[in-house]
Amino acid sequence: MARHSELLLDVRDLRVCFATEEGIVQAVDEVSFKLHAGEVLAVVGESGSGKSVTAMTLMGLTRSPNARFDGSAKLRDLDLVTAGDDELRGVRAEQIAMIFQDPMTALNPLHRIGRQIVEQIQAHRDVSDGAARDQVVALLERVGIARARERYDAFPHELSGGMRQRVMIAMALSCEPAVLIADEPTTALDVTIQAQILELLKELRTRTNAGVILVTHDLGVVAEIADRIAVMYAGRIVEQGTTDEIFYNPQHPYTWGLLGSITRVDRPRPDRLPSIPGLPPSLIRPPRGCHFRPRCPHAHDACLSRPELRARVAGATGHEDRCVMSPESKRELREADGQIGLVAGGVTQ
Amino acid sequence: MGRFVVRRLAAMLVVMFAVSVLTFLIFNVIPNGDPADRMAGRNSTPVQIAAIEKEWGFDKPVYTQYLTTMEKVFSGDLISYANQTNVVEEIVRGIPRTFALAIGAALIWFSLGTALGLYTAIRAGRFSDTLVTVLALIGVSMPVFWLGALASYYLGFKLGLFPNGGYAEIGEHGLWEWVKHMILPWFVLATLFVGVYSRVLRSNVLDTLNDDYVRTARAKGLSERRVMIHHVLRNSLIPIVTLWGLDFGLVLGGGAILTETVFDLQGVGQYFAESVDQLDVPPVLAVTIFGAFFIVLLNTIVDIVYAALDPRIRLS
Amino acid sequence: MSIADPSVQPDLSPVLGDRGRAEAAAAAGIGAWAPAVRRLRRNKAALIFGALFFVLVALALAAPLWAQLADTTPARNHLSDTIVVDGRPEQVVTLDGVPISPTWQRKFFLGADSNGRDVAVRLLYGARNSLLIGITASIITVLLAVLLGTLAGYFRGWTDAIISRSLEVMWAFPALLLGVALGVSLALGGLRIGPLEIEGGSKWIPTLIIGVVYVVYLARPIRGRVLSLREKEFVEAARAQGAGPLRIMFSELLPNLASTILVFFPLLVANAILLEAALSFLGAGVQPPEPSWGTMLAEGVVLLSTAPHLTIVPGLMLVLTVLALNVFGDGVRDALDPRAKVRLEH
Repeated sequence: MARHSELLLDVRDLRVCFATEEGIVQAVDEVSFKLHAGEVLAVVGESGSGKSVTAMTLMGLTRSPNARFDGSAKLRDLDLVTAGDDELRGVRAEQIAMIFQDPMTALNPLHRIGRQIVEQIQAHRDVSDGAARDQVVALLERVGIARARERYDAFPHELSGGMRQRVMIAMALSCEPAVLIADEPTTALDVTIQAQILELLKELRTRTNAGVILVTHDLGVVAEIADRIAVMYAGRIVEQGTTDEIFYNPQHPYTWGLLGSITRVDRPRPDRLPSIPGLPPSLIRPPRGCHFRPRCPHAHDACLSRPELRARVAGATGHEDRCVMSPESKRELREADGQIGLVAGGVTQ
Repeated sequence: MGRFVVRRLAAMLVVMFAVSVLTFLIFNVIPNGDPADRMAGRNSTPVQIAAIEKEWGFDKPVYTQYLTTMEKVFSGDLISYANQTNVVEEIVRGIPRTFALAIGAALIWFSLGTALGLYTAIRAGRFSDTLVTVLALIGVSMPVFWLGALASYYLGFKLGLFPNGGYAEIGEHGLWEWVKHMILPWFVLATLFVGVYSRVLRSNVLDTLNDDYVRTARAKGLSERRVMIHHVLRNSLIPIVTLWGLDFGLVLGGGAILTETVFDLQGVGQYFAESVDQLDVPPVLAVTIFGAFFIVLLNTIVDIVYAALDPRIRLS
Repeated sequence: MSIADPSVQPDLSPVLGDRGRAEAAAAAGIGAWAPAVRRLRRNKAALIFGALFFVLVALALAAPLWAQLADTTPARNHLSDTIVVDGRPEQVVTLDGVPISPTWQRKFFLGADSNGRDVAVRLLYGARNSLLIGITASIITVLLAVLLGTLAGYFRGWTDAIISRSLEVMWAFPALLLGVALGVSLALGGLRIGPLEIEGGSKWIPTLIIGVVYVVYLARPIRGRVLSLREKEFVEAARAQGAGPLRIMFSELLPNLASTILVFFPLLVANAILLEAALSFLGAGVQPPEPSWGTMLAEGVVLLSTAPHLTIVPGLMLVLTVLALNVFGDGVRDALDPRAKVRLEH
């Protein structure tokens, strides 16, 4: 749908590593993706896969004396990786905004919520206090906060978790950014609230035409909202494509494993939810070649060399993956009775 | 907020009552021997002791003794039997000097400690960590009277940079003389705290920098300066302000005794120290009870200020 | 810590899993000794100052040896003696009452005081008193604090209310004020509680006072620790097996309080030594002629202009000892509980 719209973000070969006491952590390894206006890109992976580090690197929030960056991340014409502190400050919130995982701690407990949003608006625009206040009240109403005029003066601890996440969303929208990054925006919330927040994000995307990056560990969450999906494992994107491509023709065994662990309402519930055996690898000493190799039941000698991220399915240029097996053998290995899993037939072990 | 204040004040009165009972026990019940003999001080005659025994009702039941003692302390006609002076008058005379010392020192250690703590937190690293740690450890390892005596002798007497002890009334000698007399005592007393405060603030700032809302503030595109002042510093200062209130009380009731004595400032602390030297019980008893009362009052104020600063407290 | 920028930590924690488990074990208070010892061993400053403290203790124990070498006792006056320094005879105390400064030889190594007593000998005997009082007082503090804290934390309810409120009242008194008040009231008649009887001038009076004064600072954290420990599985298990309160307190709770006590002990001793000095300086602690660093300082400060060594020498010794304990204690705390915030007042 978004093929012809404006290209907002072009990330190429992004690498991020951190020096720690235990050694060098290669948190993000050769990550490339594009984001267009009005598009929702879901970045999916377990914790430790580098998805949050990628998101925060785009905001310049991972910069520290211990961090090294490589590659580029162009927001329109500005490379976010090499941008100076002042340039970065100018685009933060103004062009690229972020919603964080835990709304309980992401707001300053000592400031009234309204002021916290006004602070952001006034950092970028020359607006009077009164005008900013009206603008914030309108924003709060737009994200579904009732009695917004009263709530403007509330402290964060006086609001519920879902309410606070709405405040965070209002804050992120206040400068009408072109790119909105939502880092696990619903993980810390109740299930019913999760649905509401996702609904809100979906609606806002349509109305503002912003490009949205939705970072999550839950593939189930993104089925409805995402246009494209990038699956991350141990610092690398192992597969990316449209939502349909990922759900109906997944190429990487790790994606199969993720899909296999979703509970599906249209099928009888299995006795035991299939999960991927083993643990994600250490990012200090990652396995040679394919990072998923130690956990992959289909691994063979070819997996010992570093696999490239490229299109392997005939005719689908946007569908890229890092698994060297042929699409035909993949189809054979992943499915039994139309149910996708890491091993055909579901439960492993 | 109103209910919180009322509840806090009620609790304060209860603690004050308990403090007065404990003080009474310390002086009149716990020790071995004749309480009248103790009240009378070192060089007393049997006639004096008999008179005191009658006046304080030491032959009456304990609760009557308590009431008599409190009445004497709070009515203001408590007499030191060692030198026949009115204890409360002496204390009142010393209060401005003691406060001048404590407030000046507290301002110095708070501002220096905060500045140093913030600086070393921003310049985080092994060196600044070592610096504040060493300062803090030296501060808590030095007896204030020793440091004070050396400073007063070498900087005051030998080098003549400062007056050699004593207190100068502003009214009589002017502001400048007053400040000149106070500088050394202020800094000596503050030395004990500067290191500790900078260390606490440094670790608070480093903790706060890790907080999610600071990341949010950066993501908002605020200038680093605004992030530091509005989000990091303000949140890191709250525990320090609390600590400051408490330490201020402790200095008034503790550290000032020794500092005043060494610098001959003639405040309540020195009066206390001289009475201790004479084993003159009535002033010691009165200062103990007033000192503890003041600290209880200050703790209450700190709690209320804390609640005003941090909106989360008021609810609980 | 591993990474300066915290924003990336959540995503990395699975990678650094081992440390997370070690921390969880430390939080449970079980099996945390090995990493603590390792951390302490890496802290060179703490080890050096810890060793320094033991050297100081050894010196104090060797006091009689030095007294023999200097051919005097801590109490003997040499007012009218003369000794030979650098080949010239000098009076120990001049006719104007000025005592000799350090000779750096066997006799009067660190000079004499105004009564013609050997400062080095008195310093070492004073060290015995200061250290003995400091350590004994801290043991008293630990015993009382563990008793009160455990009772309050274990039984909760009324026991807790009474103990906690009483501690809160003691909290209102600064350590020095409470110590001096007790010192004055007990100075003449001493103390008699049941079988315990202490005479007025005894050095056990300041010891007991200092021990009692610091109870609040330790009883509170111990109570908190017991409150959380009593909910732990191993206590539940012991209770389920029919263990009585005493059994649980001694065999289940006490061993788990060890780290809390260990963290506080060096800092308690340091503060006890400082408080002894302050009390003695004010005349409410150790009573002369018994030497302690505090009494020596009290006598020395008066003579600062004529005999500065009387102030500098015991003062330096005191600072060195307290500093050694504080640095060591700081290291122990960092090793056992990297995130703790222990603090005692002056």
